[in-house]
Parts: sequence; C-alpha cells; structure tokens
Amino acid sequence: MEIEQIIEVKNLTKKFKDFTAVNNITFNVKHGEVFAFLGPNGAGKTTTIKMLTTLLHPTSGYIRINGKDPVSQQNDVRNSFGICFQDQSLDDELTARENMDLHGVLYGIPRATRRTRIEQLLKLLELWERRNDQVKKYSGGMKRRLEIGRALLHHPKVLFLDEPTQGLDPQTRNHIWTYIKDLNKEEGVTVFFTTHYMEEADRNATLMAVIDNGKIVAQGTAEELKAKTGKTLLEDAFIDLTGHGIRDEEAGAADHMRMRGRLWRRR
Amino acid sequence: MVIYILWLRQIKRYLRSKARIVGSLGQPILFLVALGYGFGPVFAKAGGGNYIQFLAPGIIAMGILFTSVFSGIEIIWDKQFGFLKETLVAPVSRFEIMIGRTLGGATVALMQGVLIFIISLFIGLHVPAFHLVLLALLFGLLIALLFTALGTAIASILDDMQGFQLIINFLVMPLFFLSGALFPLNGAPSVLTDIAKFNPLSYGIDGIRTTLSGQVSNFGLSTDLIVLTVIVIIFLALGSYLFSKIQI
Repeated sequence: MEIEQIIEVKNLTKKFKDFTAVNNITFNVKHGEVFAFLGPNGAGKTTTIKMLTTLLHPTSGYIRINGKDPVSQQNDVRNSFGICFQDQSLDDELTARENMDLHGVLYGIPRATRRTRIEQLLKLLELWERRNDQVKKYSGGMKRRLEIGRALLHHPKVLFLDEPTQGLDPQTRNHIWTYIKDLNKEEGVTVFFTTHYMEEADRNATLMAVIDNGKIVAQGTAEELKAKTGKTLLEDAFIDLTGHGIRDEEAGAADHMRMRGRLWRRR
Repeated sequence: MVIYILWLRQIKRYLRSKARIVGSLGQPILFLVALGYGFGPVFAKAGGGNYIQFLAPGIIAMGILFTSVFSGIEIIWDKQFGFLKETLVAPVSRFEIMIGRTLGGATVALMQGVLIFIISLFIGLHVPAFHLVLLALLFGLLIALLFTALGTAIASILDDMQGFQLIINFLVMPLFFLSGALFPLNGAPSVLTDIAKFNPLSYGIDGIRTTLSGQVSNFGLSTDLIVLTVIVIIFLALGSYLFSKIQI
C-alpha cells in the first residue's frame, strides 16, 4: 500500500525562547514529487527540515512522514528517509566503501544485502573504481554524489537534500540532478530539497513552497508562482514574494567553524 | 554490530594518520628526556631514587589523558561537519553511538599509552615485574575510559571550539599537574596532596607507577582500582546522558 501524501505537515509551529521560527505552516508532498522548499536565510527552512527529520521536536502541530509521526515513531520515520546535509557528513579518513558500509550497519542492512547494494550504488554513481580511496581524496562533486548515494542505501521513500549542489560547477550540478531525477522516476523516491539556485528549482521541481519569517507565503508549481507575481523568472517571483531586503543573520557557532574549516582545507 | 563498527572507525582513523601519531609522541618524549634526564640527579640526591622510573608512568598517563580528551572533544567538530550528524538521524540509539565512540576513543588512547611505554623502555624504564604489565594496562584503560567519557560529556554541551581552549587550560592541565605525575605526592605540601586526593588521575597514575616501576603505592592498589572504576561508571553515565541531549 503506497501512501499518497508521503509528507504531511499541518499547523506546524516551533517556538524558541525568544522567537517563533516556524509559525503554523501547512503543506503536503505527494509520493513521487520533486518538491522544492524555498526561502531566504533565517526563514525557518532548516528548522522545518529538522522537525521533519526527527532532529527537533515541534512546539505544536502535526507531521507525518510515510504515515508515521517523527516524535512518537522516531525509528520508523528514520528508516523512511535519507538525508544529504548541507555540510559534509562523510568521514574523510574512511574510504567510500567504508562510508557506505557504516551507513548500512547503522540502518540494520544485513551484510550480504549491504555488499550487493553498495556495489550497485557505487557503480551507478561512477565511483566504483575509486571505492577504496579515502574520501578526503575526492573532489567536491564526488563527495556530494557519494553522500546522495549513501542516503539511498537503505531504500528510503523520501530523500531530503539541503542545498545539494552548492559550490559545484554546472556540469556536476547537471549530472547530479539527472541522477536525482532518474532515481525519482525509476525508484519512485520522493525528493524534498532546498536551494538558493532558483533556476535549479524552476528546472527540476514539480512542486514548491516558499517560506518567509516562519510562514508559507506561496505554494504551487513554478508556473503558478510566476503567474501569481506576474514574473517570467522564478528568481524574480521569489524576490517579489520575499522582498528585496537582505537578511543578515548573526554568525553562529556553525558559521565560525565553517570558516575555520575553509581556512584549513587544501582545496 | 553498531557499537563494533563505530569502535572500529575510531581505530581506523587513528591508524591512518601516521603523521598525527608521530607528532603526538613528540611532547611525551620531550618530557621524558628533558625532565627525566634533567631532574634525574636532583631527584636522586633528594632520596627519590631513579627519576625515570618515577616519571615514565606519569608521562604514559599524560599521553592517555590528552589523547582521550581530544577524541571526546572531536565531537564538537563532528556535530556540525562530520560523521556524527549521519549517526544522529539513523535509527540507532544515542547510547550505542556514544558507547561505540567512547570505547573506540579509549582504545586509541590506550594504544598511544602503550607506544609511550615502549619508548620509555628505551629511555631507561626498568619493569621489575613483567606480569604486572597486564594490570598496568587495566589502569591505563580505566584512565582512557574516564577521560574519553569526560571529553564526550563536555563536547556534548559545547558548540564552539573556543570553549575547548578553556577546557584544556583550566581543567586538563591542572588535572595533569596536580596528580603526582611529575612529582611525588608523598611528602608534598598538604595543599597539593589534598587537591590530588580528589583527582581521579592521581589514582590511575599511582596504579600504573606501582605496577610498572615497582614503587610503593601511595593509596593502595585496590583503592586505586575501586576509585577509578566507580568514577568511570559515573562519567560514562554522565557522558551518555549529555550525549543523548545533543541537538544539532
């Protein structure tokens, strides 16, 4: 039995001590969609994704991923999705194969199945030749491909991608999106992604929602959003919906460490 | 299986950075040679005996101490940019993740301690009762577990590497210097011995020193073992609890 609404969010709210990050949002994602979740910095995107992926408890509201509640059915939900974070979560000192194997063990995949699937995925990702190389020797694009592939090892229903192609060149971006769309079509994996590249959302998403200041300001297809704002480019429609002002955020601990990481990295 | 593979991961990470292994042996070797040979004559003249015999266990413990704390602290970085995130979304209990990591980190710290031990043998350490080396290993393991768990506990609440500097200077260094690692507690001013009594490392060092160097124990071997074991259990519980509360 295939659930139709693979992601259901109703009246979802998250309040922190002094402010409301997510304010009563409601949206659904159908099985098989490629869904873009757009919004300026600090809009509440990351907080929402964290609640969907069991990393944060909502203050109030209703979430169902593949029919399960992330709060009360945590492990069921975790088995239903795979996630590729914005910042790398691979282990640099291990090889590609070891990274995949670790993931397989964490998700309880038995050894024989693990071995077959890892080989399948690595060949599909065109990383099989380099499977015994340490990930620190990989280029940015290869690392990203590996992370996406790894997220799919346990055959999840939903794939969450947080800025999947940030910092990659056009060829790699194109390659990755072709791969994602193939998976979406062949395996029926629902894709939920965030991005700041509007043409990427325009070109690849079948449905999208724009969040700003914790509220959803628009939902629909790219065409519908463009029609609503009377713009031809999605980027213009987006700016129209969210305003021209720059959202300055205070640098948090993560930003400091990210900067330090860049300093120390050789590439 | 999860615990095993996380443990194995820590070992692999350690063995794969040969440069880091060699580099981290630099300080212990320096201490052993500079202090050991430097203070040797003075120590002997004061009636303390062979300083290398006295110092080496302290330096072995130093290696274990710092390696343990570092591996726990690694979590601060890992939380944001590393593998830890992947484990936090997986259908695995936080407890298993913490135990796998802590056991792995402690094993690595112990391996480091063994390396320093071997080097000490070349510098002049003489082990009178080799069958006690196994007991020394146990003490080493307890120290390693204790401080890896402590590092994990601290790293679970810190979000920035800045706090890490504070921890090293105001917690780890005092723990090391006021533990009888470098000077005998027997006969030291009561201020220092009183502080040392509350320092778990003092008991660990006492244990290693008695089993490896054949010196007379300051607190008694069984006291050392009991105190260490109890504190290890407390810190493991603390580390586990704080780790389970991590929010990324």
